[in-house]
Amino acid sequence: MPGNTPAMLQDAGILGADSIILDLEDAVSLTEKDSARILVREAIKNVDYSNVEVVVRINPFTTEFSQRDIDIIARVKPDTLMVPKATEEELKAINKILTEIEVQEGFDTGSIKLIPIVETAYGVENVYNIIKSCDRIVGVLLGGEDLTSDLGIKRTKEGEEVFYARNRVAIACKAMKVDSIDTPFTDTNDFEGLSKDTFKARSLGFTGKAAINPRQIDTIHSVYAPTKEEIKYAKRVLEAMEEAEKEGKGVFSLDGKMVDAPVINRAKNTIELAKLLVLV
Amino acid sequence: MMKNILGREIPGYIEGYGIVTQFEGTFKRGGIKVKKEVKVNSVTPSDEKVLGSIEEVLDKVCLMDGMTISFHHHLRNGDRVLNFVVDAIARRGIKDITLAASSLFPNNIPLIKHIRNGVITKIVTNYMSGPVAQEISRGILKSPVIMHTHGGRARAIESGDLHIDVAFIASPTADTYGNINGLYGKSACGALGYAVSDAMCADRVVAITDNLVPYPTCPIEISQIYVDYILKVDSIGDPAGIVSGTTKITKDPVGLKIAKMASDVMVSSGLVKNEMSFQTGAGGISLAVAAELRKYMKENGIVGSFASGGITGYLVDMFKEGLFRSLFDVQCFDLEAIESYVNSHKHQRMSASMYGNPDNKGAVVNNLDIVILGATEIDTDFNVNVTTGSDGAIMGGSGGHSDTAAGAKLTIIVTQLTKARLPIIKDSVTTVTTPGESIDVIVTERGIAVNPKRIDIINKLKDTNLPIMTIQELKAIAEKMTGKPKDIKFSNEIVAVIEYRDGSVIDVVRRPL
Repeated sequence: MPGNTPAMLQDAGILGADSIILDLEDAVSLTEKDSARILVREAIKNVDYSNVEVVVRINPFTTEFSQRDIDIIARVKPDTLMVPKATEEELKAINKILTEIEVQEGFDTGSIKLIPIVETAYGVENVYNIIKSCDRIVGVLLGGEDLTSDLGIKRTKEGEEVFYARNRVAIACKAMKVDSIDTPFTDTNDFEGLSKDTFKARSLGFTGKAAINPRQIDTIHSVYAPTKEEIKYAKRVLEAMEEAEKEGKGVFSLDGKMVDAPVINRAKNTIELAKLLVLV
Repeated sequence: MMKNILGREIPGYIEGYGIVTQFEGTFKRGGIKVKKEVKVNSVTPSDEKVLGSIEEVLDKVCLMDGMTISFHHHLRNGDRVLNFVVDAIARRGIKDITLAASSLFPNNIPLIKHIRNGVITKIVTNYMSGPVAQEISRGILKSPVIMHTHGGRARAIESGDLHIDVAFIASPTADTYGNINGLYGKSACGALGYAVSDAMCADRVVAITDNLVPYPTCPIEISQIYVDYILKVDSIGDPAGIVSGTTKITKDPVGLKIAKMASDVMVSSGLVKNEMSFQTGAGGISLAVAAELRKYMKENGIVGSFASGGITGYLVDMFKEGLFRSLFDVQCFDLEAIESYVNSHKHQRMSASMYGNPDNKGAVVNNLDIVILGATEIDTDFNVNVTTGSDGAIMGGSGGHSDTAAGAKLTIIVTQLTKARLPIIKDSVTTVTTPGESIDVIVTERGIAVNPKRIDIINKLKDTNLPIMTIQELKAIAEKMTGKPKDIKFSNEIVAVIEYRDGSVIDVVRRPL
């Protein structure tokens, strides 16, 4: 949501997204940076975003705006700051600034989280170190547009050109147990294309996908939502597991197939996601 | 001064209107009804119906001071007939005319000068927007404007409560003996449902057309047996203003969320099933509700009996896909609707009387399962205002709002909770257009309120994931965002009398200070 549009800031929380990104960076022109910062600060203070995670995308750390962004926004305690084109050095520096602000404001240390955007070739190759740079990092967003620009290649709807970057980000995030958020699909009227693109991200291990328009939220959720059959099967796995535990069995089978730890974990994840999407 | 059952302070007698019959409830004035006698000037084989000029028309119909003239609004903001006729009347020095126009739009701005100079001293209409509405709100009209519903206007005309001396019918096509249709010609607008009662009951009927065709035209929507004279003019309307500009599904994510929630309410109500009937408006959110319904009907193989109202291309698409067996069309909103009306006998015209007149032998609204409506304000008693705006001035009117709300099994209001920094839900609406007893559910982006009288709906929705809350809670959420706006101050001067569809007075509009 552009940070300088009050109506959007007011309604951002009700559109069905799990997290909302209030933007101070690309969606805000240079002359509007100050007003956007103030509007976002006041929105966080006054608008009821309920259980929706509030993420503020600050300007890149190398610009003149970022220090002020952090100083103004961190003091109203957003859930998360999103850092464009972040390097591990920058994230370490931001971590330090945030710790100072948290102490000054009486917040729990480390309570403001960070999501770096990986959107350069260097970032992709270095993603593991970026995640490791501080404990505040809860996820990584892959930025496909800037990445292909950095690579000097054409961005396509099919997204084959970011296949490697997607793999690398998804696996690094999984290894570090943080969320991986796929790059947005930019054609806001092509819902079939969005569905395919989201399915691809999901199949590569991304835990979520950024929406560039609120109308994309339902499609993304529908791809990530477990099907009725998946939910039914997951319930049966967990019921069988409970039975086996009662009977003191370490391993057990369902429908003639051995059920082991990965299957049980997947079943647990399915039910958790179904609960989150109010499907059970 | 007395208060009616909705707590509105309405005098027992209003200067320029007469004795007030107070509103007592939605179906309190039924029973045996008598239609008016209609005066007919019989026509012989040697009589010529086509006249040469508006002056000749005014001579033939003996238009004089104090008469009532009527117009329909099928050409909407592109209509040229109303202004053309009233200008001609003014040139003759005729005064004290009552203008019974089914709606008035911004293009009727020349009326202001005719009101100021005493040509028009009374107005009866169902809807008015633009400068004329603003000026009337400022008190320029000698008598209060009387505002009907679409069905209520037909009732008033057919009962004789509203006597029309001369009906001027803008006719996209007319033949030389007065048969009319709205389907062809450069000013085609489709169904002419709002003109039917005028044609049947006025003392004199004049068809004004820019497409005079040899006898007989086909099809015939309004028959030669009602039409006294025909006048050919260069143009009856501007096509750009005839087609409504609001027939696109909203892209606003908040509007889409409201539509999705409204669709969930409809489905949970149990009414979305085979043979269902449905009506929705032409606004962006209303059409988005239709889009959600379309998806659900397709996925679940549901075929409805009819969709009704002003018909849009979107409803036509649903009809063509077999999601509804038929369409009842009082007015076409776009070219696709006109084309469908031309080509399909199951796309049927209905007159305003068939649509919503409470005093005939059953209106189409009585057969409606679900209607989706909008609101400018709603109060905690579920009364709805679509007549006056946030400044207290007239900016709309019932149209079919009260008719469909009264008839439908499930009336859903879809609206954003705040508009232009104002909360939609108030303790008391500025003007009651539609009584709360006929409003069942209010769907906003932040929550859904069900009329406490609809325990059946409350029970059906309580186990869903929908954000159901009381209307007071919804009001509190809105006021938390916007604060509580100051009340508008009004003078005692009554500028409009709001008649419910049965002819009783549900509210009045006073001049805002």
